[in-house]
Amino acid sequence: MMRRGAEASIALLGAAGVLAAAWAAPWLKFVLTIALAKGIAVLGILLLLRAGQVTFGHAVYLAAGAYTVAFLAPSAGEAFLLLPVAALVSGLLGLVVGLFVVRYRDIFFGMLNLAISMVFYSLLEKLYSLTRGTDGIRVEPPRIAGFSLALEDYVWAMLILALVLAVGFGVLVRAYLASPMGQALAGIKTRETRLEFMGVSARRVLLAAYVLSALMGGVGGAIVGMTTRHVTPLLAYWTSSGELVFIAILGGAGAALGPFLGAVGYELVRVYAAASFAEAWQAILGAVLLLVILFAPGGLWGMISGLLGRGRPGRPA
Amino acid sequence: MSSTQHALTRRGALALAGAVSGSLLWPGSGRAQAQKPAELKVGITTFLSGTSSVFGVPARQTAEMLFEEINQAGGIGGVPVRALFVDEAPGTEHVVAEYRRLVQNEGVSIIFASISSGSCLACTPLSDELRKTTLLWDCGTQRALEEGRHPYAFRTQGYATPEVLAPLLYLLKTKPDFRTLAVINQDYAWGRDSWEIWKSAMDVLKPGVRVVAELFPRLGATDYSTEVTRLLAARPDVIFSTHWGGDLVTLVRQAAERRLFDRSTFVLPVAEASMQILGRTMPAGHIIGTRGDHWNNHPRPKDPARLARFVDSYRRRFNEYPIYPCHHMYQAISAMQAAYNKAIAAKGGGWPNDQELAAAFRGLEFPTPTSTITLREDGQGLEDQIVGVSTFTDRYPFAVPKDMIIFPAAMVSAPVGQKSVDWVKTLKPELLAQVPAPIAG
Repeated sequence: MMRRGAEASIALLGAAGVLAAAWAAPWLKFVLTIALAKGIAVLGILLLLRAGQVTFGHAVYLAAGAYTVAFLAPSAGEAFLLLPVAALVSGLLGLVVGLFVVRYRDIFFGMLNLAISMVFYSLLEKLYSLTRGTDGIRVEPPRIAGFSLALEDYVWAMLILALVLAVGFGVLVRAYLASPMGQALAGIKTRETRLEFMGVSARRVLLAAYVLSALMGGVGGAIVGMTTRHVTPLLAYWTSSGELVFIAILGGAGAALGPFLGAVGYELVRVYAAASFAEAWQAILGAVLLLVILFAPGGLWGMISGLLGRGRPGRPA
Repeated sequence: MSSTQHALTRRGALALAGAVSGSLLWPGSGRAQAQKPAELKVGITTFLSGTSSVFGVPARQTAEMLFEEINQAGGIGGVPVRALFVDEAPGTEHVVAEYRRLVQNEGVSIIFASISSGSCLACTPLSDELRKTTLLWDCGTQRALEEGRHPYAFRTQGYATPEVLAPLLYLLKTKPDFRTLAVINQDYAWGRDSWEIWKSAMDVLKPGVRVVAELFPRLGATDYSTEVTRLLAARPDVIFSTHWGGDLVTLVRQAAERRLFDRSTFVLPVAEASMQILGRTMPAGHIIGTRGDHWNNHPRPKDPARLARFVDSYRRRFNEYPIYPCHHMYQAISAMQAAYNKAIAAKGGGWPNDQELAAAFRGLEFPTPTSTITLREDGQGLEDQIVGVSTFTDRYPFAVPKDMIIFPAAMVSAPVGQKSVDWVKTLKPELLAQVPAPIAG
């Protein structure tokens, strides 16, 4: 494990870097806000990865958060109201789905999540009179703490909001993983029977992590909804879930910073690739993931901690 | 400790410097619009991958061809034009991010937005916010300009309402005796919207038609055997379908094999783009549309030489006939040229800023290969619609329409300030008397 101070200073540097980049290039604010929002959702996947479980349907919680915003924004257009409600709705959905899926492990866990997310996707697409189908719902910019901000101010506010939430959830997940509940997650990965012998219910441990991860997915989705300001069912599609897993692998599952490194890296690669090769951006993304898997299995975070660790021989890495 | 911190900050600083010096990070040079730029950059969002690339790629080819021609002729107002393409396939979030990048970083002067209606709906509010003229160059949803005012957004072509209403009027004019109807549309927004418009209009123009089947197979379906069986059993007089692209090809092939075309009359408003692929498989005698008036065999093009020049040079380069998205791209580019010329003339030769450019689009009239299009005060373009019955001639190895009716755009479009679905419900059967007679042959 890395020292706490080093991780905190990297996080601080990262946050400063995000703000500096957003200041230097106005268009990046949007991209970075989306990246941070996805990072928050991927934090949830990280929790489940600790238990050795991969979900291929996590985008359903992203969509739940985004659609909560889309449905409620006309009647309650206040970001500080929409965010907790979106978190609550996703958390509740996570609880209902979780009660069912935490009975399964490994491929069954992943596939069941995928199936449930696709059911949700179809509902969003087919309940046409409610959701406007694939055309999606426009979201008017909500007020933020009672202020209705215009144009660039709103984009700044969303970025800062996302940054604050990202840091907050990062700290929370770090604390959670260090707590007995978090340690028990690792127990599920190594040997579940031992947990049960200790009198800990593996299902409950996994359910708690699942609900927390759903909640973070909802928060990420709410930010995506308020930033993109147009919500479509594509958010719940399996490719969107795949993207989240991609980010988790790219960033590395070692620490709470991984998802954010992965998300920012992913969005920047995509934007740069799309800007330079409009037709081949998918191939470039694929190549990047392949390189990471082949040469840096610990992801971006693994690379950074490796570099830092090498600089300080003799100290426990 | 201090050495660690030092190493960290140095590394961080290096990374930051590297990131900031990346060329993409610098705000674009074209922000100050008042002077003439060295280059007129046009951002174009279109499908470069996925199923909708059957429309997106021909449109992109058209843009490249026409931009080359414009530059050879000296550019627009002496400024060369350059297109920057964006792939729509990854979805709204990507298109919105790219829109911002094009405006805030590349400094594009104008944006052509979207084949997908979802993307158009996401881009129009952005045009208000970033005050950047945006031409909705292909998307059809009536919601884009009916659900609010967008001073910087203009649609340089028709939209869902006229594209569905014209084939309906054609059917009512030429085959008024049908009693039963079935619909088979793709299960997504366009399929649902087009059916809503058709049904609402049909219920007032010819009340009492029985709808015997409403089928909405999924987008990208490869097997329509269940649907064809149901349609064969239901025996509707008319089958309405706004399928497009590969889905339409599959549907027509599978329906033709089982002789569904012999039993029912099809109405296919988006048929034209699939006719070249279908070739002789497309049965004759069914109602076909092209989302506009741009048929290769347009009966009376306003400037026949212009149409022939466009079709010939497109065929020479790409070895196929242009399809409707090519024409929609042509229309957007033609509108851009006309607006720039108008704005430059209004400024006495000066280069227009964003406001002056947008002002030039309002009420603009511009030429297309087949006709002229006028942009209304709400930004909607008035594009005539031509519908006809599929037939085969010696000139083309694929189906083209005969007995065409040219529907004036104003007749089949919802008036400014009215919502399409509400407006079609107010139509009267007397409207049919105003429909022009088919042009024989």
